[in-house]
Order: sequence, then C-alpha cells, then structure tokens
Amino acid sequence: MALTLLCLAGAFRVAAHPASGPSTDDCLACHGDKTLTTQRGGRTVSLFVDGKKFSSSIHGALSCTGCHADLEGKDLPHATPLARVQCGTCHSDEEKQHAKSLHGKAIARGDKLAPHCVDCHGNHDIVPVKDARSAVAALRVPFVCGRCHQEGTAVMTERKIDQHDILTNYSESIHGEALLKKGLTVAANCVSCHTPHNILPHTDPNSSIARRNIATTCTKCHAEIEEVHRKTIRGELWEKEAHVLPACVDCHQPHKIRNVYYEQGMADADCMRCHSNEHLKAANGRSMFVSAAEIAGSRHAHPRTQATPVSCSQCHSEVNVSHVRPCETITHPVDCSKCHEDQGLQYQHSKHGQLLAAKDPNAPSCKECHGTHHILDKRDPESRTFSTNVPQLCGSCHREGQKAAVRYTGTEHQIIQHYTESIHGKGLLRSGLTVTATCTNCHTAHGVLPSSDPASSVNPKNLPATCGACHHGIEEQFEQSVHSRLVTKTDKALPVCNDCHSAHTIRRTDENGFMLDIMDKCGKCHAEIAKTYFDTYHGKVSRLGYTKTAKCYDCHGAHDILPVTDPRSHLSRANVVQTCQKCHATATRRFAGYLTHATHHDPKKYPFLYWTFWGMTTLLVSTFVVGGMHTLLWLPRALEMRRDLKREEEASRNGENHATGGEEDNHAG
Amino acid sequence: MPADLADRTTNPRPEPDLRIPERPPRQREFVRFTRAQRTLHACMIVSFISLATTGLTLKFSYTKWAAMVSRFLGGFQVAGFIHRTAAILMFGVFVAHIYSLVQMKRREYKSWWELLLGPYTMLPTKQDLQQVTATFKWFLGRGPRPQYGRWTYWEKFDYFAVFWGIAVIGSTGLTLWFPIFFTRFLPGWAINVATVIHSDEALLATGFIFTVHFFNTHLRPEKFPMDTTIFTGHMPLAELKRDKPLEYENLVAGGQLEEHLEEPQPEIVVRTIRFFAWIALSIGFSIVVWIIYAMLFAYK
Repeated sequence: MALTLLCLAGAFRVAAHPASGPSTDDCLACHGDKTLTTQRGGRTVSLFVDGKKFSSSIHGALSCTGCHADLEGKDLPHATPLARVQCGTCHSDEEKQHAKSLHGKAIARGDKLAPHCVDCHGNHDIVPVKDARSAVAALRVPFVCGRCHQEGTAVMTERKIDQHDILTNYSESIHGEALLKKGLTVAANCVSCHTPHNILPHTDPNSSIARRNIATTCTKCHAEIEEVHRKTIRGELWEKEAHVLPACVDCHQPHKIRNVYYEQGMADADCMRCHSNEHLKAANGRSMFVSAAEIAGSRHAHPRTQATPVSCSQCHSEVNVSHVRPCETITHPVDCSKCHEDQGLQYQHSKHGQLLAAKDPNAPSCKECHGTHHILDKRDPESRTFSTNVPQLCGSCHREGQKAAVRYTGTEHQIIQHYTESIHGKGLLRSGLTVTATCTNCHTAHGVLPSSDPASSVNPKNLPATCGACHHGIEEQFEQSVHSRLVTKTDKALPVCNDCHSAHTIRRTDENGFMLDIMDKCGKCHAEIAKTYFDTYHGKVSRLGYTKTAKCYDCHGAHDILPVTDPRSHLSRANVVQTCQKCHATATRRFAGYLTHATHHDPKKYPFLYWTFWGMTTLLVSTFVVGGMHTLLWLPRALEMRRDLKREEEASRNGENHATGGEEDNHAG
Repeated sequence: MPADLADRTTNPRPEPDLRIPERPPRQREFVRFTRAQRTLHACMIVSFISLATTGLTLKFSYTKWAAMVSRFLGGFQVAGFIHRTAAILMFGVFVAHIYSLVQMKRREYKSWWELLLGPYTMLPTKQDLQQVTATFKWFLGRGPRPQYGRWTYWEKFDYFAVFWGIAVIGSTGLTLWFPIFFTRFLPGWAINVATVIHSDEALLATGFIFTVHFFNTHLRPEKFPMDTTIFTGHMPLAELKRDKPLEYENLVAGGQLEEHLEEPQPEIVVRTIRFFAWIALSIGFSIVVWIIYAMLFAYK
C-alpha cells in the first residue's frame, strides 16, 4: 500500500513537472557510461548508473529527479556534487526512526562512520526486501551489518561496542546456523532483534534489546516460550518485571545463542566463587557465606521432582553477568513474590505486609518465616513451616513477652500455651496429627489480618467458612441455623464458632469443662433464659458440676439451632418428644410438657408456679414466725428453770451430805 | 543376773486389782419410749438427714458448698440414689409406725376410739388448747408453768408435722421420681409445681426440725445440750416429775409408776448414744448454717 502510494506520488511529481527537469534518459545519456567517474575524498568513484537495473528496481518508475530533487529544473550537465538523496521524503517513518536511532544520532554528531540509508540499502538497484536480490534480504543482513560490525573494522576498533566477534558468534549461533547454513530465511538475523531502522543501545529503555523489552522481542518468534520454559516464570512477568527476573539474554547470551541447554550451575558457581568463603562478610559485618549444601537440600533445589534447581540469580535478580562482581548491580532485596505471586499479593495485604510497608522494624518478611537458602517444603518435617513446627514459628513473635505479643492490645493472651492445651494443639503436638489445625489454618499463612478486619479469615463474618474448611459438615448445619447471618438479619452481633468454642482454648466438646461452660456461653446473650434454666433440675445438676443432665445444646441442638416455631427445630412440636427421648427413653408428649425454663418469679408466664411458690413461702414463713416466737418467748422461762434446777440440785447434794435417802423416798411418796 | 532383776524374780509385785470398782447403785428411771419407738426415731434421723443433705445440694446448687457436698457423696447420681433410698426408709418408718399403732391398739386398747381419745392421745385436745394459752401466759410471766401431760402440744405438733411432711414431700417426691408415670394423668407443668412444693416443703421441714424441734427438745436450757430420752427411752424420774407433772401425778395416782421404772441403760450404751446424737445434732446445725448462708447471703 505504502509502496503504491509512493509510486503514485513519484509519478505525480514527474507528471506534474514534465518539462521542469532532465528525464531519466537525459541523465543516462551521461551516467549510462561505465567509465564516468569523479574524485571524492581523494578516491575515484564511479558515477555509472545501470539503466536496466534501475528500471527493474522498485524505484524504476520514478524519474532521477524524484530522488535527486536538487536537479529539479536544472539544466544539464549539472553542477557537482549533488546533495544527499532524502529517502525520508517518501519513507518518512523509516527516516524518523533512523534519525532517532544509534546510527541516526551518530550521523547527526557528524560521525563519518555512521551509515546512511544507502549504506545498507544500496542506491539505484533497490528491490523489495523479500526479493532475494535485495541488499537487505534476510540472508544478507548479517553481512550488511557485518560490514561494519565485525572484528577489525573501523567501527569496531574506533567506536565503543561491548560485544565482540559479533558476526562470528552469530554465524555459529543457532540463529546464524539456521540462516546461513540451512537457508532458513525466517531465522533471526540482526534486524529481527535490533530492528532495521530503530537500532538503539540496550541501555535505552525503548530499545528492542533493552532488558525490559527483550522478552517481547524474543517472543515475536518464540511465541509461548514461557509455556515450555519453567512454569514459575510467568510469561507476563517476564515482560512486565524484566528488572527483577533474568531476561532471556542473561541465560541465552546475545549472538552466542547455542543449540544447547543453558547450564544453570554455571551461574551459581560464579556466585559461589566468593560466597562459599565462610569468612565472607558484608560491610556491616553480616556473614555473606552461603552454604552450598543448604541450598542443595532446599526446596528450591527441587530434590523431589528433580527439576532444574532455581539458580542464585533467579532470586537475586538484577545481577549483571558482564560485571566482575555480577551482584554489584543488585539494588533490591530478594522479592519472592516474583515467582510466588499469589502469596506475595496476600502478604502485601496482610498485617505483616502492612507493617513492612510502614517500615516497621518488627515486620516479618518472607525470610523470617521461611528462612533464606535452606527453605524446605512445608511437607518436610524439618521445615519451619511444617505443621507441627508452625506454633513454634509463630510463637517466636507471638509468645507472651515477644515482640508481636507486647504490641498486641486484644483479649487473646498466652495464645501459644493455650493453643498447646487446646484440642487442636493436643491433636497436632501430642497425637502428631499433622492435619490438625495450626496457626496458619485459621489465620492463613500469608494473609494474616486482625479479626477486626473484614477481610480477615478470623473476622466473625468469615469465621464459619474458616472453621468450615475442616469442619465442613458443621458449617453446613450452622449456616442454616438461627445464628447464621445468612438466616438472621440483625444489627446485633450473632455468635460464630469462637463465641462458644473460644479461639485458642478450644476443648473437646465431650469434656466436662466445655459442656458446663456452654451454659455461660449461651447465657452471654440469652441471659434470662439461661437463668431460668438454672431454676430447673437440669440446670441445678449442671451447676453442681455434672454433665449427665440436659444442657442447652442437648435440647436446642448445637450448630443447627432453630426457633421452636421452625418445624425443623429439635423442639418443634413434631420433634420435641423425640428430643426428650434422647435421655428419657419412654418420654411421652405430656411429659414433654415439662417446663424446662420455668421460673416461679414470673406471675404472668407461670402463674401456677408463682402462686405455688408464694403459698409455700407463706406457709414456711408463718410456721417459722410462730415456731420462732414460741421459742424466743420460752427462752427466758427456760433459763429461769435451769437456774432453779441448779439451785435445787445443789440443795439436794448438800442435803445428801447431811442425811441419806431423800430423793428415793420423795419419789416413793 | 542383775541384782534388781533377781530381786524381782524373788519378790514379785502384788497382783493389780482388776475388779470393777463398785459404784453406787443407780436410780431406776422412767421408761418413756419403747425400743421400737426409739429404733423408728433413729431410722427417721438417718433418713431425714440423708434426705436433707442430698436434697439441699440440688436446692442450693448455686453455693460452692453444694458442689463440695455432692462431690463428697460421690456425685449427683450417688446423691440421688441416697436420696431415694432414704425416702424408702422414711416411708418404711411411716408404715412401721402405723403398724405399731395397730399393734398397740390390739395390745393395750379395746378400740381405736379409746386409743385416739384416751389420756395418751396424740390428737390435739381441748386441754392442749388451754395449755397453749396457759403456756403463753407463763412465757409472759402471768401464770405458772402449765401442768403438761405425757404429750405436750408442741410434741403433738411435731408428730403431725411429720405426717403432713411425709404426705406432701412424699407425694411430690414420687412425682419427681417417676415423672413419666405421673404425666400419664398430670400435665407436664405439674412436675414444675411438684418441684416447687417438694423443695419448699422440704426446706420448711428441715428448717423446723433443726431449729424449733432441736430447741424444744434438746437445746432449751434445762435440757441443754441434749435430751437423750428419745434415744435411751429412759427419763430420770425427777425430770418426769418436773417436765410432765400431770403424767407423773396420773401414774402415781393410778399406782402404775413402779411398772414404768427400769434400771438405767449401761453407761457404754448411753455414751454411744450421746456420741451419735452429737453427730446428728452437728449435722443438723451445719445444715441450718448452710441454709441461712444460702438463703440470705448467696441467694440467686
């Protein structure tokens, strides 16, 4: 299309000024002579133009003055030298790119070595690039570029170019071999990577070979290379986060790309050249020693799957292999989230992540929990994140007196000790059941948030789902119960799992302690009804500390509590007898009429109980008043009698001393 | 051989006198209660205290004491078992007493009429009413001490209080014991009513026995600290003369006193009786303290 337009434009020019300048034939009258030469810069230059070639070239339809515009309207023979042909008149895009490119800027600087259009494309014999005869046809590009970019040229010796043996290396590379030896015209040549006109140094962020862009450049041909490449390096990350991840060229070095697998160990060995030294210390005294054995045993060495180990530079990115100390270009700490993206995102939103973002010195980052070089799979019992080790791990900060516990202002204290004694703690630590809930099961591993945060896994809103991850059946029951916020819409706080089971002191529900506590737990909200429960036999026995009588959940259900008006309730008319029969095997409907929450303090609700109670109390009080009065009035007389009696006894004893007999005779008499 | 040992072998010490030193002969005592009556009262004490202790643990379940006592007894199930066993014993005492009345009627009386209206009747009489008035006059210093007979009005009151108590507490107790049976013909809330009656009537009985009855029979100053008559069956003649002058006079007038006199119980028996009576009294007092504490200071 562009080509057509250009031709038309050329034709228009020619047609519009038919007599304004010399025709092609006029020019060829002189330039058709092969011997026509001129002296330029001390060299003899041929001025011969092959008319045949020109007419078969892409520009064949144009007149000479279409390009040599300064001959427009001039008489022949013209003055010399002619001005440089401005290809950009028609090829304006290419012209602009070129002007901004490395080559264009060099020209602007006046660098004599800088190439112009003609240096690559030729002049009068330009054919379309697809044409094999084209100077810039795929097969010729390496040589076009190589004219300057090969050893010994002025460009290579006089200009600062980092790469060396470019042409040689290329021709031996997988790309070069394919192109030059096998004639695969689709194989990458210089311009495939460097672009034809927009050639920029790799330090320029707009360069096609800048770190940031290299992935895009390579994936033009190597589409979906990320799929066949290591799974952990996401294709998109490769492009988006090129500054933290190794770019293609870090492994597949430019111009040297070989038809062999890159050996990871090589790079690690480079690092270990210094870091295997046990005495290596950073400026601040921190040991920089890296134990190769630790790494070899770590999760990143993929000991199970035998996959290619993660190399140093994949974590410690930003290394620059061209430096003697490749690590000196590192400016950021290791960012695990580049591979562990989900976890990284969770962490960012977590309390830990927020603290880190706020530059809190106590904030734990990945390494505080996972370690550094000796990271182990969480399924490895040796791992710090193995389930049985998690309480210890979290406890290192959250144990009472430790840095996280001292800044904590909530109500949960002694959490590690409590957890250890809880059903979960016992299951995990004593019974060794590794599937038992540990800190991370409830709080999540990376998204830890305070329970007050609506996004927290332990926020009341989310708690049923969190506990339900293991106790799924219970969650299903609970979510249909009157306590579920899916069922009851209210402003009041509805109970969730921890309101009855607690958070860290969760006990077996068949333990006395739990069973007896539950009345207080329900009573927190249902104060009145709990009080009246204690007025009945069930409540009294429970309060004595025995669990064999009915407690709240024995009648109401535990997680599937429903209003008694609900036919599904354990206490609905249809179910109540059955519920009583759980304990009272022969219970009848009338027996179920027993008032389990009756109180004799409510004259409206339970008048018969109220009046019975007050009748009995009246009887009791009046009996005691009469009895007590009788006794009190009697007391002084009785004391009097006692005094008399004593006197009599003394008298009779005295009498006995004087005369024998007395008493017996008296009685007889 | 050491000298002193040789001395001993040759001159043995005199044999110690092992005979019981003779005591002055004790005076004969008036027999107020038969062995059967005393046994029934003893059973009643055991049963009553057991019922009270176990029952109050439930009634006062909100006190720490209740939980301690319940645990001491072996838990609420054991306590419940004791309570029911004691209830059976109480019913047994009741039945045995009725049976003894029948026997007594056959042995000593010609008809029930005579038994119920005779001088030794337990039924309240006109004389009792008069004595109530006279007693209050005496209390207020406006008259002499009434001439009480064999059974004073307060003793009759105690006697019928037991009848009443067994009827009320017993019937409600059975309702609570067999609720499923009773709800065949009673509504469910009758169990609640039975609970209130059982509990309050029991409180009345317990409170009354351990305070008023204790005072009337044991603690009143002239008998302090206890009257063992109900345990030994015996009453010193002087006491009879002083406490129940009317009966004494009747017996003397009828010339029947002599046949009601008996040698006192052996010292060891009296001591044993006192020991157990002390235990019963102490438990009773403790229960009173517990009740007062629970009702006044810990009531919920």
